[in-house]
Amino acid sequence: MTIKFPDFDYAAIAPILIVFGVAAVGILVEAFVPKRGRYLTQLVLALTGLVAALVVLITQADTRVVTAGQAIAIDGPALFLQGSIIVLAIMSVLLIGERALEKGGPFVAQAAITVGSEDDRKQAAHADGATEVYPLATFAIGGMMLFVSANDLLTMFIALEVLSLPLYLMCALARRRRLVSQEAALKYFMLGAYASAFFLFGVALVYGFTASVEAAPGRQAGGVDFATIHAAATASPANRALLFAGLAMIAIGLLFKAAAAPFHVWTPDVYQGAPTPVTGFMAACTKVAAFGALLRVLYVAFDGARWDFTPVLGAIAILTMLVGAVLAVTQTDLKRLLAYSSIANAGYLLVGVLAGVRGGISSTMFYLVAYGFTVIAAFAVVTLVRDADGEATHLSRWAGLGRRSPVFAGVFTFILLAFAGIPLTSGFISKFAVFGAALDGGQTWLVIAGVVTSMILAFPYLRVVVMMWLSEPGETTPTIAVPGALTAAALVIGVAATLVLGVAPAPLLNLSDTAAQFIR
Amino acid sequence: MEQTIEYAQATGVLGSVWLLIAIPLVSAAVILLLGRRSAKFAHWLGTAAIGASFVLTLIYFFSLRDQPNRAVERNLWEFISVGNLKVDVGLLFDPLAAVFCLLITGVGFLIHLYAVGYMAHDERRHTFFGYFNLFAAAMLLLVLGNNYVMLFLGWEGVGLASYLLISFWYTRPAAATAGKKAFLMNRVGDAGLVIAIFTMFAYLGSTNYEDVFNGVGGLSSTVVLLMGLLLLLGATGKSGQFPLQAWLPDAMEGPTPVSALIHAATMVTAGVYLIARSNAIFSANEVLQTVVVSVGALTLLIGCIIGAAKDDIKRVLAWSTVSQIGYMFLGVGLGGGAYALAIIHLLAHGFFKANMFLGAGSVMHGMKDQVNIRRFGGLWKLMPWTFGTFTAGWLAIVGFPGFSGFFTKEPIIVAAFEREGWTAWLYGWAALLGAGLTAFYMTRLWVLTFLGPKRWTEDIDHPHESPPIMVGPLVLLAIGSAIAGGLMASPVAKWLEPPLPEEAHDLHPVMSHGVITTLSLVLTFAGIGLAYLLFRRGTAIVEQPAGVVVTAARRNLYADAFNEIVFEKPGIFLTRALVFLDNRGIDGAVNGLAAAVGGGSGRLRRLQTGFVRSYAMSMMAGALLVVAAFVAVQMGWLS
Repeated sequence: MTIKFPDFDYAAIAPILIVFGVAAVGILVEAFVPKRGRYLTQLVLALTGLVAALVVLITQADTRVVTAGQAIAIDGPALFLQGSIIVLAIMSVLLIGERALEKGGPFVAQAAITVGSEDDRKQAAHADGATEVYPLATFAIGGMMLFVSANDLLTMFIALEVLSLPLYLMCALARRRRLVSQEAALKYFMLGAYASAFFLFGVALVYGFTASVEAAPGRQAGGVDFATIHAAATASPANRALLFAGLAMIAIGLLFKAAAAPFHVWTPDVYQGAPTPVTGFMAACTKVAAFGALLRVLYVAFDGARWDFTPVLGAIAILTMLVGAVLAVTQTDLKRLLAYSSIANAGYLLVGVLAGVRGGISSTMFYLVAYGFTVIAAFAVVTLVRDADGEATHLSRWAGLGRRSPVFAGVFTFILLAFAGIPLTSGFISKFAVFGAALDGGQTWLVIAGVVTSMILAFPYLRVVVMMWLSEPGETTPTIAVPGALTAAALVIGVAATLVLGVAPAPLLNLSDTAAQFIR
Repeated sequence: MEQTIEYAQATGVLGSVWLLIAIPLVSAAVILLLGRRSAKFAHWLGTAAIGASFVLTLIYFFSLRDQPNRAVERNLWEFISVGNLKVDVGLLFDPLAAVFCLLITGVGFLIHLYAVGYMAHDERRHTFFGYFNLFAAAMLLLVLGNNYVMLFLGWEGVGLASYLLISFWYTRPAAATAGKKAFLMNRVGDAGLVIAIFTMFAYLGSTNYEDVFNGVGGLSSTVVLLMGLLLLLGATGKSGQFPLQAWLPDAMEGPTPVSALIHAATMVTAGVYLIARSNAIFSANEVLQTVVVSVGALTLLIGCIIGAAKDDIKRVLAWSTVSQIGYMFLGVGLGGGAYALAIIHLLAHGFFKANMFLGAGSVMHGMKDQVNIRRFGGLWKLMPWTFGTFTAGWLAIVGFPGFSGFFTKEPIIVAAFEREGWTAWLYGWAALLGAGLTAFYMTRLWVLTFLGPKRWTEDIDHPHESPPIMVGPLVLLAIGSAIAGGLMASPVAKWLEPPLPEEAHDLHPVMSHGVITTLSLVLTFAGIGLAYLLFRRGTAIVEQPAGVVVTAARRNLYADAFNEIVFEKPGIFLTRALVFLDNRGIDGAVNGLAAAVGGGSGRLRRLQTGFVRSYAMSMMAGALLVVAAFVAVQMGWLS
C-alpha cells in the first residue's frame, strides 16, 4: 500500500507558515536569548513576522486554490479574513508590548508563583513581564488564520484548538488582580473544552451522515471535507436528522467562540479577568476567526440546508442581540460593558451571516474589520485609565474624566458613538451594510430586531459618555496615563480607521465584495 | 396622473453646492481642533462661516431659476455599496431645499451674531461656536441630501449637536438630564426613520428621492401606510410632536441662542421638512394623511394648554413652538396645496420665534438670568428695544392683522375647514381654538414680562438693555416678523410647486372664507383681551394652588408621568428580570465588585463559587434547545 502525500501550494499557505514559523522561533528565543534582550527580540520578531505575512498575503491576493489535500482552501474570504486577522493582531501586539504604562508591562513574570505570597509581591513590583506571551499570541494568530481557511471539519477542529489553547493561557497572565485573571482563564478553558466537545461530536455525527449516503461515482463515501458534506446534503433525500444534529453541534462550538447567546456566558467574566490587551485581542481577532469559520461552514458545507438552519440561527441572533443590549444597560464595569457590547455585536454579525446572499458575506467581513479596529481602540483607552492599583475599570471611577483629560475622553466618546452606530463612524456603515444585506436576503424580522436592539444598546454607551462629561471628577477619579508609543500607535490606527471607514467606506466595501466568493 | 421626477446634474455655479455644508463644517473642525487656542477668533470665524453659506445660498437660489425643473443633483462619491444596496453621497438643490437653506443660514447667521454678544462672558465660547457650526452643517446636510440616507446622516448629526449644545452648561444637573432626555426621545424617533429607510430599500431597492417617489405609485397601500407611519414617528421625535413632545421644552436648559436655533431655524423643523419632502408618500394614502392631521391638531392644542400654565419664559416659548409646529403638521397632513402653506408658516415662524427667543435671552441678560415671568413686569421702559422687537414677534404669532402670522396661519385654518365631511369641523375648530388659546397665553407672557408693576427679586438693581450686537439681530428679526409672512405668502407658494403638489382649485371650506377669518379674529382678540384684563395688574409672585385643568397643564398634561409608568418602569423591570434570568451570578459579581474595590478577596470568593457549573448548565440547556430545534425543523414539526 502506498501512501499518497498530498500536494501543497506552499505559496498560498505561506502567510500561515510564516506566522507559525515565527511562533516556533519565539519559543527558541525564550530558550536561548538572554533575559535582558528577550522583550525587544520577541516584540520585533512578532511584529516583523506579522508584517511579512501580510506582505506575502497581499502578493497572493489573486490565489484561489484548495490545497494540502482538500484540507485548506485559500479563496477570497480566506484571504480577506486572514489579512484582517493579521492587521488587527498587529494592533493587539502593539498593546501587548506596551511597557511604558506600568513597570514591566501588563503581564506577570511567573504565573506559577502563588498569589499573595512574598515572592508574588516582589515580582509584582519589580520583575519584568513574561515574554512567552508573544509566541503564545503568534500561535493563536496562526491558528485563527488556519481556522478561517480550513476546508474540512477536522482541520477546523485542530485550528480551533491551536487558537484556543494559547488564549486560555494568555488570559491567566495578568500582573494585577491575578486571581481574577487565573479564574477567568480556568473558566474559559473549562467552558471552551466543553464547547470543543460539542464541536467534535458534531463532526462525528456529520461523518456518520455522509458515510451513510451513497457517494457520487469516483468518490469515496464518508468524509468531513466541505465538498463531500455539501454533495451529501444536497443529494440525499433520506432522513437528515443526523446531519442537522451534527450541524447544530458544530454551530454550538463556533457560536461559543463567537460569544452568541446562550453560549456567551463566559464572555463577561473572561473579558473582565483577562489582561486588557488580551481582551482586546480576543474581542477583535477571535471574533473574526469565529465568524470566518461560521461563514465557511454555513456557506460552503451546508449551503443546501439554508432554509432549515436560518430560523434557528435567526432566533439565536435575536436572542444574542437582546441579551447583549439589555444586559449592557445594567453593567457597572467598563470591561464587562464592552463584553456585553461584544455579545450584541455577535448578534448583528449573525444577521449578516444569515442574509444568505453574497452581500451577506461581504458585509459581515466588513463589519468584522470595522468592529475590530474600534474595539481594540476602546480597550487601548481602558489600559490608560489607571490608578495605583492598575486599571480603574469601574464605571464610577470614570466619572468626570472629561475634565481631567478632554482628549482621551473625547476619543473614547467617539469610539462609543461608533459602537452606538452614529453616522460618520464605521459603526453606522457596518450596521447599515449587514442590515441592508439581510433585507436583500429577505430576513426582515432580523433587521427589525437589529434596529430596535441597537437603539437600546445606545443607552449604555450614552451613560458612559454622560458619566465622563457631565459628572464632577471625584477624589477617586484616576489619572489618565500618557500612552507609550505602542499604545498611542494602536489607538491612532483604531480611531483613524473608525473615522475613515465611516466617511469613505467604499474602497473596503468594494474589496470585501470582490473577495466574497467561496470556493468548494 | 403619474408624474416622473428627474433631476438634472448640477453644472456651473450650482456644481459647488456642497460648499454650503463644507464651510460651516470646516469652521467647526478648525475651532474644535484648536480648542482654547481658537478662543480669540472662534466666534467671528463661526459667524463668518455661516454668513458665507448664506451668501452662497443666495447665489445658488438665483441661479436655480434658469435650471430645467428648477432642481439639480450633485453626486459626490459612492458611500455604501453592498449587494444591491447602493447609496451615494449626493446633494439635491431644489426650491424646497433652497428655502430651507435660506432659513437655516439667514436666521442662523443672525443668531450667531447675537450669540457673539450673549456668550461674551462664557469662557467656553469658542467650543460653543464650534458646536453651533456643526449644528448648522448637519442641518444643511439634512435638507440638501438627495436620498434618505443622507437625510438620516444630517438627522443624526443634528441630534448629536443638539445634545452637545443643550448640555453645554453641563455643570447644571438639569441641563445634563435634559440633554439625555432629548437624546433618548430622539432615538425612539430615529428607530422609526431607520426602519422606514430599510422598508424603502426592501420594497423599492433604493433610497434615492427620485426612485422612491417614482416607485411609490406601485406599492400596496399597506406598505405605503407602514412606511409613512414610520417616517411620521421619526418626524414626531425630531419635531417634538405627540407622542414624543416631552423633550422639547426641557431642551430649554441650554444657552438661549441654542434654543432659538433649535426652535426657529433648525432641528424642530426637520420633521416638517421630512414630511413635506416625502409628500409623494404621504399623499398616496388617505389614512396616513388623517393620522398626520390628527397628530398636528392634537399637538397644537396640547402645546397651547400647557403653554398657558407655564411661568418660565423660555418654556412658554418652547410650548408655543410645539403648538406652532402642530399647525405645520396639520398643514402637511392636509396635503395638496396645504404643503406649501405649512412651509410658509414654517418660514414665518422661523423669524418670529427666533425673534422672541432672542428677546427672551435679552431679558434674561438684563435680569441676571431670571426666567420666571412672575418676577418680571414693567420692563418696557427699561428695555425699549427688546420690548419693541418682542412686541412685533408677539403680534406675529397671535396672528394680528397685518403681521406675519395672520398671513400664514389663516390659510392653514381655512385649509382645515376644506376637508370632507365632519372632519372639516373637527380639525377646523381645533385650529381655530388653537388660535384663540395662542392669543391668550402669548399675551399673558407679553403682559407679565413687559407691562404691569415690577415684581423683581431683590438682587436685581437695575435691569438694562442689551448691547448693540444683540439688539441689531433683534431689530432685523422683528422686521422679518412683521412683514415676512405677508411678502412671502403667495410667491413662495408658487416657487414651491414642484416639488410640492399644486393647489387644488375645486375645494371649498364648509364655512365661507370670510366667516372663518372673522371667527378667528374674534377668538384672537378675545384671547388677547382676556389675558390683558387678567394680568395687567401683574400676578402673584409664586405659583398659586389651582384647579384640575391648570394643575394638569403645569404637569405637562401628565405626559412625563405617563412615560415613566408606561415605558420607564416596565423597561427597568424587564431589564432586572432578564438579568435575573440570565444569571444571578453576574449581578452578584458586579455588586461584589462595587463593594470590594479596595480589598479583592471578598469579591474573588464571590467569583469563585462554582459558577462554571451553572454556566455549563445554561450552555447545555441552550445546546439541547438548538439541537432539538434543528431536528424539529428537519422533521417538519415546526414548519
